[in-house]
Amino acid sequence: MDHLAQFIVAGLTTGSIYALIALGFCVIHNATGIVNFAQGDFISLGGLVIFTLLMGLKVPLIIAFPISVIAVTIVGALLERVAIRPARSRSIVILVFITIGASIFMRGVFKILWGKNQMGLPPFSGETPINFAGATLMPQNLWIFGITLISVIGLHFFFSRTRLGKAMRATACNPRAASLMGVNVNSMVLLSFALSGALGAIAGIIIVPITTLSFDIGVMLGLKGFAAAVLGGYGNSLGAVLGGLLLGVLESVGAGVISSTYKDVIAFGILLLVLFIKPSGLLGRGDTERL
Amino acid sequence: MLEVENVHAYYRGNEALKGVSLEVGPGEIIALIGANGAGKTTLLNCISGLHTDMVGRISFGGADISGAPAHKLVKHGLVQCPENRQLFGSMTVQENLEMGAYLWSEQNRGESLSKRLEHMLRKFPVLKSRRRQLAGTLSGGEQQMVAIARGLMSDPKLLMLDEPSLGLAPIIVEEVFGIIKEMRNEGRTILLVEQNAIAALDLSDRAYLLETGSVTFSGPSKVFMKDARVRRAYLGKDLEAPNSSC
Repeated sequence: MDHLAQFIVAGLTTGSIYALIALGFCVIHNATGIVNFAQGDFISLGGLVIFTLLMGLKVPLIIAFPISVIAVTIVGALLERVAIRPARSRSIVILVFITIGASIFMRGVFKILWGKNQMGLPPFSGETPINFAGATLMPQNLWIFGITLISVIGLHFFFSRTRLGKAMRATACNPRAASLMGVNVNSMVLLSFALSGALGAIAGIIIVPITTLSFDIGVMLGLKGFAAAVLGGYGNSLGAVLGGLLLGVLESVGAGVISSTYKDVIAFGILLLVLFIKPSGLLGRGDTERL
Repeated sequence: MLEVENVHAYYRGNEALKGVSLEVGPGEIIALIGANGAGKTTLLNCISGLHTDMVGRISFGGADISGAPAHKLVKHGLVQCPENRQLFGSMTVQENLEMGAYLWSEQNRGESLSKRLEHMLRKFPVLKSRRRQLAGTLSGGEQQMVAIARGLMSDPKLLMLDEPSLGLAPIIVEEVFGIIKEMRNEGRTILLVEQNAIAALDLSDRAYLLETGSVTFSGPSKVFMKDARVRRAYLGKDLEAPNSSC
């Protein structure tokens, strides 16, 4: 267990990414009740777009980052507008299947545009390791922690303090009543897909420098993020963050102690365990509303 | 102010409203009474834009609003307090009230949202100590207060109350009707749907009786109280043929 600190740092890093992805799942779930299986492709697209901007067009990072996020945000909004809204009156299961179809379609397009090769990106700022509490941190780890923290705080501020954020929560809670308050429910659903696109893009952009990039990098990450969301209590934002970090750490420590071959087994084993023992997740409530 | 002309509404092909006409003038309290399933809520939902499978003409303040989506009607000053309160249970009482002023704060008529909130909490003192509590955890009576306060936040020209006394203890029902009376004295225009016909007739100016999708009787509430048909059906004063099984 000499490397425990190192495993925890590595776990918190991937855990931060899982947390961002899990939040993306939550935002859409809360607005629509849908599990959006195209969430993983938002991650891939974020990474692919910033790769092209940085390596192909030589755009500086500070400009490439927001452009990539905006691009995926637009794709998220388009997904809602083109594929989800025309079928909104259908049952949830149909909508979930539409997102699966959209995911396969998007992956196909990515494969045509970017090819099947593996790509790589340099870290945002150098590769000088930093020693901290017995663990070695790369600057990219700090970027990941920092950007995740800012995103989570920003999201919390948006949902708890802004008029639009509250309207989104109201829509999630009771769409009919929200429309009686003058909230345009369709716009809120559109916004939730855009927001999830942005979260997915951020996750994709910050993880690419510590992994290899390919057109389908988001598939496994998306599933892990989904597992994190379930672990935390599906739909609960705080749960998504905790679930993400916990899943990252358990996976990393487990892989370190046993073998990294079993990394994915550990993640999905935890998912199954949660579903068997406490299906509502760590912070998930049963229905506590009084009628 | 509100004119409903010959409205037909449908639920999966079944006709729920069969040509209903109704009128609400400024400052009037109108009671809409009738049994379960008579179409009272459907009519309100048609007016507020929640129910779209309808034909007929609905105008409000001179503007044709038939078929307009619900979220556009609040702007006109038409607000519905839906049946069963329909609060945002996972949001605090204060946030629920803020949602009531969702468009109001956009237009912001010179008064700040926090002032409006304070005003409403003075009007409903019960809610003051509960403002940070999640609305879903309140008692039924408190929830009804939140629902009415939320409806009033945008200072509507017409407030439609759907069964405000439903499922409440008698003493709370009295309190709710007290609030409606207060609103009447302030000159607010209200369309009140109630199963508690006596209480509704008692505080309204005029009333409509809805039976299986049609208005079968309408007139001043005082006349209503004396009408044999109404008494038999809704006031439980039928002495000719007592129903022993109830």
